[in-house]
Amino acid sequence: MFYSIDLTVAWALLLAFSVFVYVVLDGFDLGIGILYPFFREKEDRDIMMNSVAPVWDGNETWLVLGGGGLFAAFPLAYAIIMPAVYPAIIAMLLALIFRGVAFEYRWRATSRLSKRAWDAAFIGGSVTAALAQGIILGAFLQGIEVEGRAYAGGWWDWLTPFSVLCGVSVVAGYAFLGACWLNMKLEGEIQHRVRVMARVFFFATIIGIFAVSLATPFLGAGYAARWFGWPQLALTAPVPILIAGIALLLLRTLFHPERDRLPFILGLVLFALCFLGLGISIWPLAVPQQITLWEAAAPAKSQLFMFVGAIVLVPIILAYTGYAYWVFRGKLDPEKGYH
Amino acid sequence: MDTFLGFDAVTLARMQFGFTVAFHFIFPAVSIGLASFLAVLNALYLWSRDEAYLRLFKYWLKIFAICFAMGVVSGITMSYQFGTNWSVFSDKAGPVIGPLMAYEVLTAFFLEAGFLGIMIFGRDKVGPGLHMFACLMVAVGTAISATWILSVNSWMQTPQGFSIAENGQFVPEDWWAIIFNPSFPYRLAHTLTAAYLTTAFIVGGVGAWHLLRGERQNPGVRTMFSMAMWMAAIVAPIQIFLGDAHGLNTLEHQPAKVMAMEGHFESHPDGAPLYLFGIPDQENQTLDYAIGIPKLSSLILKHHLDAPLDGLDTIPREDQPPVAIVFWSFRIMVGLGFAMLGVGLFSLWARFRGRLYDAKWLHRAALVMGPSGLVAVIAGWITTEVGRQPYVVYGALRTAEAHSPLGASAVGTSLIAFVVIYFVVFGAGVAYILKLMHHAPALGERGVRVEPGPIRSSGINPDRQMRESGHDIAPEAN
Repeated sequence: MFYSIDLTVAWALLLAFSVFVYVVLDGFDLGIGILYPFFREKEDRDIMMNSVAPVWDGNETWLVLGGGGLFAAFPLAYAIIMPAVYPAIIAMLLALIFRGVAFEYRWRATSRLSKRAWDAAFIGGSVTAALAQGIILGAFLQGIEVEGRAYAGGWWDWLTPFSVLCGVSVVAGYAFLGACWLNMKLEGEIQHRVRVMARVFFFATIIGIFAVSLATPFLGAGYAARWFGWPQLALTAPVPILIAGIALLLLRTLFHPERDRLPFILGLVLFALCFLGLGISIWPLAVPQQITLWEAAAPAKSQLFMFVGAIVLVPIILAYTGYAYWVFRGKLDPEKGYH
Repeated sequence: MDTFLGFDAVTLARMQFGFTVAFHFIFPAVSIGLASFLAVLNALYLWSRDEAYLRLFKYWLKIFAICFAMGVVSGITMSYQFGTNWSVFSDKAGPVIGPLMAYEVLTAFFLEAGFLGIMIFGRDKVGPGLHMFACLMVAVGTAISATWILSVNSWMQTPQGFSIAENGQFVPEDWWAIIFNPSFPYRLAHTLTAAYLTTAFIVGGVGAWHLLRGERQNPGVRTMFSMAMWMAAIVAPIQIFLGDAHGLNTLEHQPAKVMAMEGHFESHPDGAPLYLFGIPDQENQTLDYAIGIPKLSSLILKHHLDAPLDGLDTIPREDQPPVAIVFWSFRIMVGLGFAMLGVGLFSLWARFRGRLYDAKWLHRAALVMGPSGLVAVIAGWITTEVGRQPYVVYGALRTAEAHSPLGASAVGTSLIAFVVIYFVVFGAGVAYILKLMHHAPALGERGVRVEPGPIRSSGINPDRQMRESGHDIAPEAN
């Protein structure tokens, strides 16, 4: 029974899972940085940052698992994709540096100038990282030029109107998740302002989803046939219908004054459905239009060795990550915070 | 040939990897040591309820938090650099080293990150027992992380347990042989010990600074200086012994590296000298202005004065590592190691005369040696990595054949961005750490956040005013 599992498929699903967990978890904490410009008071910014301070680096670890897992399970895909989106990856890494250190430096800065500088680093880092992640997704969807076992395109190929559209949509989506998270964690007057931001970025996110979905079939590469061909249509059609349904539910809860947790939960569902949609577009390729998962796969011995560990360890990780979230659950006490 | 500021893409990619990894290495080296130090301090506090330990825990926790954040963000960069700059290496070696690094993420990174929040912010949320457990998990996580990544590094130095497939990929055949490759146990012991020693000297340097500034009655300062000097006295000799064992292991598996470390261009059939100084001239294959002790190298490496030792004249020119870098970085590391031993012995002498907190010259020496571990760690790392050249996987894949199909300008531009941003960002971090170190650990030492709560402004805080006037005696949680 065990050997009848296709390890390559299992790894593709596991990596998709870790990228999804990364996107929603770091999504909301990057979103808080994106929302910073709309909250100018130091007290507001302090409590916003503290709402994610105990969990942010755990969230970011899923990005390391995504990158490391791709390297280990699909080394050929990793070796082709990274050079193809080189400047975007470098920009993302540098942005994450600025943003990550701001979590600590912001509290150590004493002069007004340096305090402002680290606020700016937090904002700039969060926006740039989100934008770069969206652009990388867009560049991946629109296709990568390959020759033999290596990337063969130019080093600006990734930059197109479509990839920028994806980038902006991801920024909006992360800001929306961030606002939903804050809506859950904060109370009082600031919660009202956060809820207004959640509504604004909800509409921006829906527009983004709509625009990317509309543009994707025109990228060619069989996306149109994949989505609209019969009989697949019976399987693909429910995804946009469900997205529309969740969007309507979100609209209701965001305008309801007593829904604290529901918008965040529905936001996660919305992201999950979009992720499913991307999966439908890409499956079963590791590099769109070029290389299948099986062609990019590491030898079975590599995949099996890791799979044994992952099956045991990922549930344990989820358990103690969940515990850490549980410890810091509930509304932030503005008088005490976490400290 | 495609160049950027006179460098080709491979050289630039090597400079970028060397720069980013050298910067990164500093933070885990300190985090590994500090995480264990913090766990010990917390345990001692829970056991003895002595306020000095809690004071030190909070003091070093603030420094640890900054260090850890810098380590995390500079480490994410590393996990993507394999693909961006070394895609051919990634494609070929990925099946072997990728799973080991995935295990590092699964067993270590998540453990550290998951419990770090509780360690820093959670003492009064989870209670002392679980908080202690979180401290332990973070400390264990840093050590597990070092174990996996050193296994990867060691495999690249002494690869085994693989075959090469038709498409050029390294295919794992025996995981046990891959993980426990010949240089791994030595490298692991030597590097982990280096991390603990590095931290001991940083802690000792900070303690010495405050002793020199007249904080001799501060129990926090006394405790940290004493603990650090015990570590120096006990661990420095162990480290020299481990380093020697690691060197003998290198001689067995990577003789060319040892030849470069020793500056032995010529073979010595009847006993090789130990060169203390010299200017390696690789072009003419000579060591100029050499000052050496006859036959000592043979004694150290072969345990016999007249034992023959081969030199680089037995290695084809194109297979030799760059000798000057390896020669000098090795001498810096060894020199600092013996200086550390000296401080350790000095402290023993002062301690047994009852003058540990009064010996000004000991404090001065410990202060000067504060950052010595960081320098030694980087020098040692350069010795082993540059000594592996011209290979990226020793004997199996050349560095020049492993890089990405990128233009020199792409790699060069990103290199400049990394250099500028690392100096600004990590320079600021080091400045904040030095600022924290500049204050002596005080009664009622604060937790990680400067402000007591995120909402209250610092001006109107009765709690703080009371503490500053010295009324607050109860140990405060984070």
